[in-house]
Parts: sequence; C-alpha cells; structure tokens
Amino acid sequence: MESRFRILFLVLPVFAFGLSGCAATKNLFGFGEEETPPPAEIPEGQVIEPEVERREIREADIDSEDFEIGAFIGVMSIEDFGSNVVYGARIAYHVTSGFFVEGSVGQSEGGLTSFEVLSGGAPLLSDSERQLTYYNLNIGYNILPGEAFIGEGRAYNSALYISAGLGSTRFAGDDRFTVNFGAGYRFLLTDSIALHVDFRDHLFDIDLLGEEKTAHNLEGTLGVTVFF
Amino acid sequence: MSERNTTTTPSTSRSIKALLISVLVLARIFSSEIAQAAGEEYRSVSVADAFLEMHTGPGRGYPIFHVVDRGDDIDIVMRRTDWFKIRAANGTEGWVDRAQMERTLQPEGTPIEFAEANQQDFTDSKWELGGMAGDFGGSNVISLYGAYSINPYVSIEVWGSQILGNFSNGWMGSVNLTHETWPDWRISPFFTLGTGVIHTEPKPTIVQGEDRTDQIAHAGAGFRVYATRRFILRAEFKSYVVFTSRDDNEEVEEWKVGFAFFF
Repeated sequence: MESRFRILFLVLPVFAFGLSGCAATKNLFGFGEEETPPPAEIPEGQVIEPEVERREIREADIDSEDFEIGAFIGVMSIEDFGSNVVYGARIAYHVTSGFFVEGSVGQSEGGLTSFEVLSGGAPLLSDSERQLTYYNLNIGYNILPGEAFIGEGRAYNSALYISAGLGSTRFAGDDRFTVNFGAGYRFLLTDSIALHVDFRDHLFDIDLLGEEKTAHNLEGTLGVTVFF
Repeated sequence: MSERNTTTTPSTSRSIKALLISVLVLARIFSSEIAQAAGEEYRSVSVADAFLEMHTGPGRGYPIFHVVDRGDDIDIVMRRTDWFKIRAANGTEGWVDRAQMERTLQPEGTPIEFAEANQQDFTDSKWELGGMAGDFGGSNVISLYGAYSINPYVSIEVWGSQILGNFSNGWMGSVNLTHETWPDWRISPFFTLGTGVIHTEPKPTIVQGEDRTDQIAHAGAGFRVYATRRFILRAEFKSYVVFTSRDDNEEVEEWKVGFAFFF
C-alpha cells in the first residue's frame, strides 16, 4: 500500500513537471503563440494607478500609410470609335516620397466609327466587342510636389506626377499589349484622402480598319483615393 | 385649415428632427470610436535632439514651419514612406523625416529605431511581390509573381503571365523553385526551375487555330538587384518546353525585366 502511494507521489510531480516543461519549451522552435506576460495586477485598494507605461515602440505600432486605393471616372477617346465614359479603380504603393508604383483597371465602350455611320451598313463589331477593358502596371514619380493655397488660411499638399507603364487592353475581340503614359495632379484634402485629375494615352496596335496601326486612346479622369 | 397646418408641419419637422438627431448620434458614436482607436494607436516620444523640424508635407521640399524643443513630448500620428506625421504638445501637426525621428527617446529613455529596409533585409526578406514584362518567343508577356523564401538561398515562386502575340494570345501559370548562390550580393544571380500550364488562344483571323492548354517546364537564370528601400530590379531569361499533344514539343525562350518589393 505504502509503495503504491510512493509511486503515486512520484508520478504526480513527474507529470506536473512534464506539463510545465512542455509550456517552457513550447516556443523553443518558434511554434505556438508567443506568450505575453500577464498584465501586472493592480492591488486592491490602490487608488492611483501607476502612470508610467513601460511599452516599447515597435515600428508596427505606427500607422503606416504608403498604399493609396481609389476609383476614377472620366472620358476615354477610343481612336476611330468616339469618346465614351470610362471608369475604373487604381491602387498605388508609395516607395519613397518621390516614386510610386500603381496598378489600374478600367472599362469603357467604343461607339460607331465614321465609316459605320456614313455607310449605314453592317456594324464592324458586336456589342460585346465594343466593350473596352484594360489593366496596367505603372511606375510614377512626383515631379512637382507642393502646396496649394485656398484663401489665406488653408494649405493643401499636392503633387504633379508623371507615370508610365505596360498592360493589356481587351477591345474588338482581342487582347492587345498596351503601353500607357500620362500625367496627373494629386490634391490631398487631408493627409489620407486625395483627389486626382489624370490624363493618359493608351497605345495599342489595331488592324481592324485595314492596315495595322498604333491607336492613341486618350483618357481624362477624375478620381478619389484613400491612403492606408 | 390652420388646424391641419399645426398637425402636419410639426410631424414632418419632428421626423426630420429625429433623423438629424439619429445622424448626429451615429456621427458622434463613429467619431468617438475613431478617436478612441486613434488614441490607442498614437505613440509618444520625447525629443532628444536640440530641436525637431516639422515640415508642412512629407517631402524634403516642404518648408519647415514649426520647431519642437529638446525634451518636449510628441505623438506619432502616422508614417508615409520615410516621413512621420507628428503632433506637438500644443496640437500642431507636421511631418518629420526619419533621420530626425531616430533622435527621439521612448518613454523609458531608450532611443527609438525605425529600421529602414536595407540590403540585409533584401537578403533576409521572406516575401517578395513583383511585376515583369518582356518577350516570350516573339510575343509580349506581362507577369506578376509572388515569392516566399524558405531560407536566403532557396525560395518558392508563383507566377501568372499574360501573353499577347500577333498570332495568338494566352496565359500561363507556373510554380518555380529559385536558388540564389550569393544572396548577400547587391546584384544577386539566381537559377530557377519550374513547371506549370500554358493556355493559348489563336487569334480569330487565323483559321486553323484552336484553344490549347499544355503543360510546361522551364529552367532559367537571372539577376535580382537591390535598388532602394524595399525595391528590387529583376531581369531573367527562361527556356520553356511546352509538352504539346502533337508529335514535337515546343521550345520557347523568354526574356523579362521588371521590379519587385520585399517585405
């Protein structure tokens, strides 16, 4: 009987040690959640809380707003197919205070060519082929950062920027390799919300009307973006 | 008549009032929540340098309009690239560059460090995201990729590409294993092996074409160049074998340049 108790008492501490040992080595290999020390308890009856907060500032604690996301709407002139409304979305990442990279998607629609209007014959494209969608990846640079003043008491940060890049345009039943470049003006309403005026030229090759040519498709848009 | 007026007008004005009040209450709740959340986020540091220069905007060209003296506390509101928006004790907000922010002290008196991404991070970084463009067997190709580094030498990459040619269009998806022999060099060469699928759609003007999806395998080599901050320039060559259902396999050569970020 006595030996049985002895075994029991030996087993208990071993078991307990095993458990605590597990807890101690849990983070040895970086697995499991990082353990944070429990917050120091304020003893009951202590009226004044200690004011000193010993917390270290980590970079992740600071709200970093290098990304800009937003939507735009405007007019796009598709060569030979008239001008139409264009709308889309844009996301940008600001690498330095000067450079940024951005990606855009947009959608517009081609109208009738003069040929189709004058001849009155069969249309060159079906309705779905007249839909124009594009995406592009650009690099931009704020060439003229500055401030804009409204009245005496208000100043807003702004920048004139240029951007250029590559992408693809789906139009007239085909995906077309597209080069685009342009310039824009960013007007920061607050440090996190910006208005954009943007002008771009999208160039792609098209051979729909006989010989192959490089079409210039000019686009002017107004946009709103939010930094996050 | 007048009675009707007294009954209708107050009821409409009451509903407008109720709407206004509810909007105001909602606005108050939201604003207080935002303020609370913001209040929690702000970190306070004290100026250790002789003074801290506050610019009107996040850039070197913006004029200095306010100066905080040594020993004064400031709140860090947010960061954009290498600039920090701070709030001085008197409520003035402005932008301070990283070099000056590093000469401030945390509440316990230790200097604060804002690690700028450098070449060491370029070597050690875990994740990379990039875009490239170039030539794929005479067609244009645009690619996006994401990479995860198992260790500084070996990483796994996932690629998606769009191919835009004169005779056919298509897309391609692949998984690569990339090996960097000297990951600590600023211009770091790498070798890559991978496999995936390619889908080609001949243009409608080509009569005999039909859509195809084939398996591909490729080997390649290239350079990753550390540019600045989190910015990488990359150039590479890949040789593809397309396992077609016809008698012969196709071989395609691809050249690409582009940029990427690590984080």
